[in-house]
Amino acid sequence: MAKYALSINGKTMSVEADADTPLLWVLRDNLNLVGTKFGCGIAQCGACTVHLNGEAIRSCVLPISAVGTGKVLTIEGLSEKGNHPLQKAWEELDVSQCGYCQAGQIMAASALLKSNPKPTDQQIDESITNICRCGTQVRIRKAIHLAAKQSKSN
Amino acid sequence: MKSINSRRDFLKVSAISGGGILFGMVLPQVKSNATPTAAADFMPNIYIKIKPDGSIILLAPNPEIGQGVKTSLPMIIAEELGLDWKKIQVEFAPLDVRYGRQAAGGSGSIRGRFAELRKMGAAAREMFVNAAAQTWNVPAESCTVEDGMVIHTSSGKKLSFGELSTKAASMEVPANPTLKDPKDFKYIGSRMTDVDAHLITTGKPLFGIDTRRDGMLYAMVARSPAYGKTLQSVDDSAARKVNGVKNVIQLQNSVAVLATSTWAAKKGREALIIQWKASEKLENSSEHFAGFKEILEKGPSARGRNDGDIDSVKQQASKNLDVYYEVPTLSHGQMEPLNYFADVQEGKVELFGPTQVPDQLRNDVAQKLGISKDIITVGLPRQGGGFGRKLMTDNGVEAALISAAAKSPVQVQWTREDDMQNDFYRPAEMYRYQAALSSNELLAWHQSAVGIGRGIRGDSYVAGALSNYRSDSQGFTSNTPTGWWRAPGACTMAFVAESFFDEVCSELKKDPVAYRLDFFKKAKEAPIGRLGYDPAKYQAVVELVAKMSNWGTTPPGVYRGFATWFSFGSYAAQVVEVRLEAGKPRVSKVFCAVHCGRVINLSGAENQIQGAIVDGINHSMFPKVTFVDGAVQETNFNSYRFLRMENAPLDIEVKFVESDEAPTGLGEPALPPVAAAVGNAIFAATGKRLRKLPFVEQLG
Ligand code: FES
Ligand code: FES
Repeated sequence: MAKYALSINGKTMSVEADADTPLLWVLRDNLNLVGTKFGCGIAQCGACTVHLNGEAIRSCVLPISAVGTGKVLTIEGLSEKGNHPLQKAWEELDVSQCGYCQAGQIMAASALLKSNPKPTDQQIDESITNICRCGTQVRIRKAIHLAAKQSKSN
Repeated sequence: MKSINSRRDFLKVSAISGGGILFGMVLPQVKSNATPTAAADFMPNIYIKIKPDGSIILLAPNPEIGQGVKTSLPMIIAEELGLDWKKIQVEFAPLDVRYGRQAAGGSGSIRGRFAELRKMGAAAREMFVNAAAQTWNVPAESCTVEDGMVIHTSSGKKLSFGELSTKAASMEVPANPTLKDPKDFKYIGSRMTDVDAHLITTGKPLFGIDTRRDGMLYAMVARSPAYGKTLQSVDDSAARKVNGVKNVIQLQNSVAVLATSTWAAKKGREALIIQWKASEKLENSSEHFAGFKEILEKGPSARGRNDGDIDSVKQQASKNLDVYYEVPTLSHGQMEPLNYFADVQEGKVELFGPTQVPDQLRNDVAQKLGISKDIITVGLPRQGGGFGRKLMTDNGVEAALISAAAKSPVQVQWTREDDMQNDFYRPAEMYRYQAALSSNELLAWHQSAVGIGRGIRGDSYVAGALSNYRSDSQGFTSNTPTGWWRAPGACTMAFVAESFFDEVCSELKKDPVAYRLDFFKKAKEAPIGRLGYDPAKYQAVVELVAKMSNWGTTPPGVYRGFATWFSFGSYAAQVVEVRLEAGKPRVSKVFCAVHCGRVINLSGAENQIQGAIVDGINHSMFPKVTFVDGAVQETNFNSYRFLRMENAPLDIEVKFVESDEAPTGLGEPALPPVAAAVGNAIFAATGKRLRKLPFVEQLG
């Protein structure tokens, strides 16, 4: 076990964990930030997506020892009041079915909008590679377009 | 499914005939095994709770697995009761026999509860109206209800349900309350966002995997690596030394490692040294299919429906078709890997976690632990998908056994690999289709099926519309377990039957929409034998989707496929559009018409249809499970391929046939026709007839 001082959602949090523990399980088990989900553990599904220094990463394969001073943003810290344009668009279009994949989808989409505020369908195809077993892809795509439109007019 | 239905019906009847139980009292507290309610809460019946501060909680009785019933069932109550939807909260109801069938399966939640919940809402509404009328000393008929208020129309006086609750509690419960006229419905048929939407988008704890309790340990279980292998010996000395590991428990055929975190439990499990021995045959998928083929060539043993005389028609036909179709074993792949929390103490057991059948789980745990089910509480989280996997109770029973043996509260977490190797799979199947054709008509249809565990139903169209029809089937014995997978039976039957019908159309040069309509017309006007469907409803969805898609005028660069199917009481017809991208087909758009009786939540209903269509495209294109020596080869999403955004259609247009009939199934019926419609579209695009799932393997 080793001690780590992590920057998570703008706060410094200290945890004690084995060096090889994936960030996902540190968030969930040590810090009780359970919005980040486990789906595959091998960087395939995207349920565990968080931002590291502004980029979407899959936290199930990132050992805690590799996080260093990197700034981690989770779904709990995406917006103060839960009113990020994507969160609002997701609710307006009633995107979720079971809802399990959606935190990861929103984190992937928010990283995309940061680098590309008005993505085309093809760019969405290329950058959103998360799995949704319930099949909400059509609404996810619409919600990303809606959020992009609304952020712009803000 | 039949037995579940009749059981539900029995419970419903007994609950309603004991009207005193359902309606006849104020419930200061729900029964022993339910969550206690503060004494001051007013419950006009078991679905409605009014808090002393006037806030209103509706209880959603059935498990939520993504099918939307935590929203749609309370909508029915709110409609009749006259509530302001924005001001209510929804909670899961506890497991209690008075709620009847508390299960998610067979697209049955709305079908089974629509009438009951309307009555519940209406009865409570009348109690509030009577309470207000007495308070004001006016006739009840002079009062109306709106947004949680009773209003005296002529004077404009108002009292909220909260203000009225003490008085309402003393009102008699009406046995036959007057239901709203459907034309006055305000919520039913409208678009309502899922009640948990904000909690989901902000990452709040909602799911079984998020369960945390004081003193809880995390567990991972080493289970048999192959069907046919059992536990021989365990050396757990290294596992016990892993940092954070607290206990190791050996069960009958598995070993659980309990630790202070999920990761420690996983590392502990990896440190176990286990010998497994082959105690049964270790099976291979290739042998399953070879066995199927042999049976189909001989002819399956069980004769199903047999109309007319197909043998003599085959002999006189100008052309006979004879082809084989194959569907692979599939895993459920629900997004949330299985997990379960159990705290088994002397005289008191708490179970909490994902299950589609909480009542069955409680019975199974009681039986396995040899305890009374009265001491077991079962709580329901929101669930990250079901698709039929959680109709099996193995995850909950296992957690209870581990907690009992370890004497500690335990959260068992499965990995994706655990889910893949320990499923109750959609069985692999093979079909043989034969048809006798004249120069311009289908004369005879002969389907034969063989699959692991079970045969097929023989009542789907073209049965009933064709003079010569036969359906044979045979089960195949295997030690690989099978279970229910979204739209069981229908999901594969529709693929093969609707693909083959398309083959017939293309042989006869018939338009696939027009030719199907011919058959429904025949079934309506001169049915042959028993009809397992309503041809008028089939006709309605086929005509609607043809209109929506402007059938007959295909845009350039687009290829279309059509299919339709009836299941779980509802009818779905689909037009799938495919484009070729670098020579490879991609589904770009889907049109779908559905007849499911009255729609409750339009947004949720549309979401179910769109989701079922994406699910259907996914499973027609990508995944399959292969057994080699009893072990599943596709262990995670790198080899068990799933559809991504780049494979999803850009748009799915859904329309419901307008209907005043009671609601029928919705979570499953749009799935069955998809694979055939996709395959038929790919045939239109490439000229290649795909008779085997998944398609991607044959597209190169
Ligand atoms: S859990 Fe990390 S990508 Fe699936
Ligand atoms: S909403 Fe269920 S997996 Fe995406």
